[in-house]
Amino acid sequence: MSLEQCRPFAQALAGSGQYPLRPTGITVLQVNVGKLCNQTCGHCHVDAGPHRTEVMSREIAGLCLDALRSTDIPTLDITGGAPELNPHFRWLVSESRAMGRHVMDRCNLSVLLLPSQGDLARFLAEHEVEVVASLPYFMEEQTDAQRGRGVFAKSIQALRLLNELGYGQADSGLRLNLVYNPVGAYLPPAQHAIEADFRRELKRRHGIVFHSLYTITNMPISRFLDFLVRTGNYERYMDKLANAYNPATVDGLMCRYTLSVGWEGTLYDCDFNQMLNLAVSGAPAHIRDFNRAQLEGRNIVLGQHCYGCTAGAGSSCGGATT
Amino acid sequence: MAGYYHQEDLQRFAEVGKHAPELWDKFSAWYGSVFAEGALTEREKCLIALAVAHAVQCPYCIDAYTTASLEKGSNLEQMSEAVHVAAAIRGGASLIHGLQMRNAAAKVSM
Repeated sequence: MSLEQCRPFAQALAGSGQYPLRPTGITVLQVNVGKLCNQTCGHCHVDAGPHRTEVMSREIAGLCLDALRSTDIPTLDITGGAPELNPHFRWLVSESRAMGRHVMDRCNLSVLLLPSQGDLARFLAEHEVEVVASLPYFMEEQTDAQRGRGVFAKSIQALRLLNELGYGQADSGLRLNLVYNPVGAYLPPAQHAIEADFRRELKRRHGIVFHSLYTITNMPISRFLDFLVRTGNYERYMDKLANAYNPATVDGLMCRYTLSVGWEGTLYDCDFNQMLNLAVSGAPAHIRDFNRAQLEGRNIVLGQHCYGCTAGAGSSCGGATT
Repeated sequence: MAGYYHQEDLQRFAEVGKHAPELWDKFSAWYGSVFAEGALTEREKCLIALAVAHAVQCPYCIDAYTTASLEKGSNLEQMSEAVHVAAAIRGGASLIHGLQMRNAAAKVSM
């Protein structure tokens, strides 16, 4: 069946006594600084690519910094697109670090090798930015199938560069975490199991080390939805997500503790709602009107796509939620 | 009916328990325990299942355990090797019967 034909997600939550879904607080401000990217990945829920022109302005970035400054929100999570290609990325990082906030960069790795970004890796290290790097598999065939020809080789080169700077080393404060996405219409493996495989194989094949690996389920929206429909996998994948609904995943969902900001400053419960234009409800929905108390009292906006985060072991920006 | 095998039937597997629910329940419970992580990992068990699926040539099982193997983190190199293991055992099982042929031939030959 299609996802629209499945039991409404809100009903599934109600069935397990978890409706309405409310935030537990805001401990992560996740800022999507735009859709510009040097890659065009086949699963991208942002539909990001080199052709995109949506880029967060300095004014909106400044409002994000104001929101941080006015609160004790401990973490800024910067995503995109390739967030580093936003001209205000480094300002956002350095100002947030000066406030003592933890900063995460959701990095596609290959951006570190662009001629225009020659000093980027060192900048990240100097500012002790946590790097959350996409790498769907420890082999070239699968990685390039999802992220484009030649991306695996560049990713390995970039990981070596990060390792040389101290990222991913056991005794290092420079956190390097990897993100696994399935290369197709299936759910991710158990996080601990595939993390062990990545650790063994990346070390053995390429001498690369990292801290943790996060498994993230592909969300049936945007470019991955196009893939599902084009290949006749849509209904089966939706069935799989809905049938794998696991109430135990709900407590750890990112929407419970994250506030997502779009490139134009609109506020969302998560990056997926952002791509579906589902702004927050029950609180002012723009960063210029940021009101933490009202936002923490809101009900999270739900949709059928939420089954993507509650299937199996669960899925969020920090990986499995169980 | 266009054919005997239909992909959508895989989702209807539980219907075979309709007239023998106790037996189905026992099978389901046992099946679940078999595939739980134990001395072998879930991934290893899926690869064994994938190989056996090829040996018994069950299209439903091949479909199910191809996806299951991917969902356990296996890759096509590992899955292809598993299929070769199944094929090697099937081939070897045929070939070793060549000794029966040789025995039979020896018995009737001068």
